[in-house]
Amino acid sequence: MNFIDNHRKLRGFEKHIRVEKVSRRSILKGLGVTGGFVLAAPVMSRQAFAYETGAGKMPHGVVVDPRVFVSVAPDGIVTIVGHRSEMGTGVRTSLPLIVAEEMEADWSRVKVQQAHGDEVKFGNQDTDGSRSTRHYLMPMRQIGASARTMLEQAAAKRWGVPATEVKAVNHEVVHSASGRKLGFGELAADAAKESVPSIEGLKLKDPKDFRYLGKGQVGIVDLHDITTGKAHYGADVRLPGMKYAVIARPPVTGGKLVKFEPDEALKVPGVEKVMQVRGWPWPSKFQPLGGVAVIARNTGAAIKGRDALKLTWDDGPNGKYESVAYRKELEEASRKPGLVLRQEGDADAALKGADKVIVGEYYIPHLAHVSMEPPVAVADVKGDKAEIWAPVQSPGGTREDVAKTLGIPEANVTVNVTLLGGGFGRKSKCDFTLEAALLSKELGAPVKVQWTREDDIHNGFLHTVSVERIEAGLDKSGKVIAWRHRSVAPSIASTFAAGTVHQAPFEIGMGLVDMPFEIANISCENPEAAAHTRIGWFRSVSNIPRAFAVQSMVGEIAQATGRDQKDMLLELIGSPRIVKPNVKDLWNYGEPQESYPIDTARLRKVVELVAEKGEWGRKVPKGHGLGIAVHRSFVSYIATIVEVAVDDKGKLTVPRVDTAIDCGTYVNPERIASQIEGAAIMGLSLAKYGEITFKDGKVQQKNFDDFQVVRMDDSPVLTNVYIVPPGPDTPPSGVGEPGVPPFAPALINAIFAATGKRIRALPIGKQLEA
Amino acid sequence: MIKVKINGQEQSWDGDPDLPLLWFLRDEAGLTGTKYGCGQALCGACTVIVDKEAVRACITSVNDVAGREVTTIEGLHPNGDHPVQKAWRQVNVPQCGFCQAGQIMQAAALLMENPKPSHDQIREAMSGNICRCGCYQRIENAVHLASTGV
Repeated sequence: MNFIDNHRKLRGFEKHIRVEKVSRRSILKGLGVTGGFVLAAPVMSRQAFAYETGAGKMPHGVVVDPRVFVSVAPDGIVTIVGHRSEMGTGVRTSLPLIVAEEMEADWSRVKVQQAHGDEVKFGNQDTDGSRSTRHYLMPMRQIGASARTMLEQAAAKRWGVPATEVKAVNHEVVHSASGRKLGFGELAADAAKESVPSIEGLKLKDPKDFRYLGKGQVGIVDLHDITTGKAHYGADVRLPGMKYAVIARPPVTGGKLVKFEPDEALKVPGVEKVMQVRGWPWPSKFQPLGGVAVIARNTGAAIKGRDALKLTWDDGPNGKYESVAYRKELEEASRKPGLVLRQEGDADAALKGADKVIVGEYYIPHLAHVSMEPPVAVADVKGDKAEIWAPVQSPGGTREDVAKTLGIPEANVTVNVTLLGGGFGRKSKCDFTLEAALLSKELGAPVKVQWTREDDIHNGFLHTVSVERIEAGLDKSGKVIAWRHRSVAPSIASTFAAGTVHQAPFEIGMGLVDMPFEIANISCENPEAAAHTRIGWFRSVSNIPRAFAVQSMVGEIAQATGRDQKDMLLELIGSPRIVKPNVKDLWNYGEPQESYPIDTARLRKVVELVAEKGEWGRKVPKGHGLGIAVHRSFVSYIATIVEVAVDDKGKLTVPRVDTAIDCGTYVNPERIASQIEGAAIMGLSLAKYGEITFKDGKVQQKNFDDFQVVRMDDSPVLTNVYIVPPGPDTPPSGVGEPGVPPFAPALINAIFAATGKRIRALPIGKQLEA
Repeated sequence: MIKVKINGQEQSWDGDPDLPLLWFLRDEAGLTGTKYGCGQALCGACTVIVDKEAVRACITSVNDVAGREVTTIEGLHPNGDHPVQKAWRQVNVPQCGFCQAGQIMQAAALLMENPKPSHDQIREAMSGNICRCGCYQRIENAVHLASTGV
């Protein structure tokens, strides 16, 4: 007997949580459209309703019901459902840990069960936007507290004492007056009969009694399996009778298959079939690109068979996409006025009247996610039912899209979520799952579609490409009196809507219009740019180019005025205050401004903390330099100092990185550290090597030899992470993504300090060798 | 018919002798601990130990290992308690974990050859193994810990 006996309805929480059914989450998310209702979530402290989050606005909102998330077996094993996707952030451990904390479960007797995709049952499951802890800290505490209360009530009834006299302590309920105790397992059956308590009556634990939250002493639940090869990723699913498939897709976005000759492929040992895969017209959202699939008895044979295919493509309207020419287009657009998104004072006049104008034009190319596990999915479609096994960041969205693609009811689709071998935003798009579903339907057998690394790089949803042009006007005293920032980049919205030329609210809200500096005259503009390939979310998204441009410009201003970078930065941030940019419907990572304002006191604090702990201003050897940058993203505040060393041949190494993060109330500081360590590597990868280029509409890179990422021998020697202790009621904020944006500009500022060379275009590549 | 010993068990293959060992292990033998990451020996996710040497299973054919002994992550230690595995857990190395089998096999091979590698030797030996999550600092610390006793 367990708590999961009626999961159909929310109970007791309807007052605070309303569920909105949204059919097209991708458009909703993608275009920054908001709707629905607000979840009022109580705070970390015990009762008050001190902050709200945007959780209730997500598709299907939040479900707070212990019977959905918790079960207790008669042997005392507590099973807690993890409903978000694990791609390396530790969320499959952190969210259940919150429940265990509140219900007084002993973590060593807790099992975590991965939820399948079902948002009516579990609430929103989109694991993206650095939202999981932010949106679920409080709901998970409530779920744990409800389960604890039900166990306590069951024990009190058994003993015939008032519930106020009993207390759950470490996996048992205790009646201290009589010295009686009952284990959770012994109470499971009775507790399941208790009604779920109302939210008003719930008593949350006093944070001073926490055993797990904020401590960082619990390893991730998959640690043993990962180290022994037992961890189960999407690629590891094997079903009886399963076929293995790889697909040749159009090399140019929007291209179409003209003809294919399968004969040579069919001669490859192990190849069983060659078949066409349906493609959708561009812009194709998350739908498959189409192409030709080779079906075989193993993946190796399928790949060899695909190599033997003779294929003719019509490249379509993007066949001329070429990166050198496109960069010039973006640069030219950035030199002319664009759609004005934020205007305060008169930036034009102030720039004209300035004593000195510093201009920086920054270029950041396309990037590919290259998660270590390329996209892969298994589908088994039988009649009007489909079962999927896949490493998806959006189990609910995947379920919707599989149903729509196959033309079957959503209720007939089961999406089993495996571990993700990295995600970084790529696996928020379920195209690879849809391919598997289409093939399985046609073959009448289970199919695994494996993307090769070349497929991943050639047919991805790339990070955008952008030119960010900033003009800063200074008066005679060196004070910045004017700031004009033009951002030109193809939008993610172009993947959903033809003819898109402006960036979406969620893109301009990532470091462009929310720029926090205290400057009298500000203009933020967005000239037009059309997309010629699929653009998608990449870890930290538009914050990458924005932080790079804004924080490089701070370094340039310091350089021009002979001031210390950190002092310049603090001067620009200005007084501790809440920044309220003059922007219509400012997008704030989907969060209400009241709970998550742009707070320069917190921004200053991470700068000051990293400067202190990271020993800003310390003497470094010849050829070394220090650089600093700060950026608010995903409603967290992060500052980074990079020490760089550049030798006389221009070889760049990073001896040390220091990062301070203020992510509000947190759950697992050990995983926060690992995310920030990893963000430094990803930041260094994109700064040093990251570039996808196009010629004749085709991506020119193919694998890790020409799309390089940082390896151990050029990774930072030492990365230190400092976490700002939260105030008692500071809402939790993002961790997975915000570590990335400040790294590149801190590195570039450090390179200037070391060499006197100012790099404005990424990647650094061979620019230091000249 | 090709015969190969995998984790102490004799296995045979009468299909394409050029089939990469990686796909034989994963799709034919069901040993999915060894991962595909690039197919070109660029990332090290598929690292296994053949006799006493770390090799990339994605560019090694089944024929290449005929009559030899292959050890995969599943066979490194019966209980998963090889010093490298223990060190990995102690340091909380993994994030997503997908590359870690390859990293662990590479580290185990390194320690067989050089039981006390220096900081630079670890960084050099492990540089064929990519971790996109960026766990390098912890990998280095874990190899060091494994070499000094867990």
